[in-house]
Amino acid sequence: MDGVWVFIGADSVIFAILFLSFMKDRLHNPAMFEASRHTLNMNLGGIDTLILLTSSWSVALAIQALKRDLIDRVPRYLLGGVLTGLMFVVSKSIEYFQKFAHGIMPGTDAFYMWYFTLTGIHLAHVLVGTSLLTFLWIRSRRGAWSSSRRVVPECVASFWHLVDLLWIVLFPLLYLMRAV
Amino acid sequence: MSVLRERVTWVWIGLMVLTCVTTWGLSKNLFGPAVAVVGNFLIAAVKVRYVMLDFMELRQAPLPVRVAFEAWPAVVAAVILGFWFATPAFS
Repeated sequence: MDGVWVFIGADSVIFAILFLSFMKDRLHNPAMFEASRHTLNMNLGGIDTLILLTSSWSVALAIQALKRDLIDRVPRYLLGGVLTGLMFVVSKSIEYFQKFAHGIMPGTDAFYMWYFTLTGIHLAHVLVGTSLLTFLWIRSRRGAWSSSRRVVPECVASFWHLVDLLWIVLFPLLYLMRAV
Repeated sequence: MSVLRERVTWVWIGLMVLTCVTTWGLSKNLFGPAVAVVGNFLIAAVKVRYVMLDFMELRQAPLPVRVAFEAWPAVVAAVILGFWFATPAFS
């Protein structure tokens, strides 16, 4: 289990450096960052946050059920995590297609370079996490996990919560940060 | 195991409410930019802390590990806000 915490810590530090780099670039051209930020769909970003929080909650409930050996409840909570993970992927895809349809690409300006980089790396985390949750869900239907065999589910759950907390910072950074 | 009796459920409800407050409350033009931005990132730091403590179960982690992880949202919010206040106004 220690390995996953080292990974989570390292990943968090990398994202913190990316956040800092974003702010450093914004320092030099706040007008352009603000103009581009206005073209983002804040409502969709907020809904994405609600989706990921719900996903994390569902996975946390799965771990609680596992600890108490309520094995029959684990698959349904994990399925909740999988479905909400997929909902986030669909929502983000819609957002990307809307941007592409308006001719907005990573090369459009520095803000959009950061937008696609940060949300793209995060989306890769979501895809990995959703795949791992799907694996857990399939195995849980066969009763593979229990209170004494929960290291793998706990590692995947911790990674999934990391995906959630990174988005909690990314969302205000990209969508909500107004300029003076 | 009643879902409503689980601590994670109440934490989840709190996180959902805070998200609605920041997205559809603080970020509207009812508040000045400084209040909105500081509020958004302080709330984000609080949300991250609760995800760490209750969803990731760091509440039960050894103290040095808990301190290291809890420092992350505080440092990230401080750095972001520091840069935000250092950025010149353009209007």
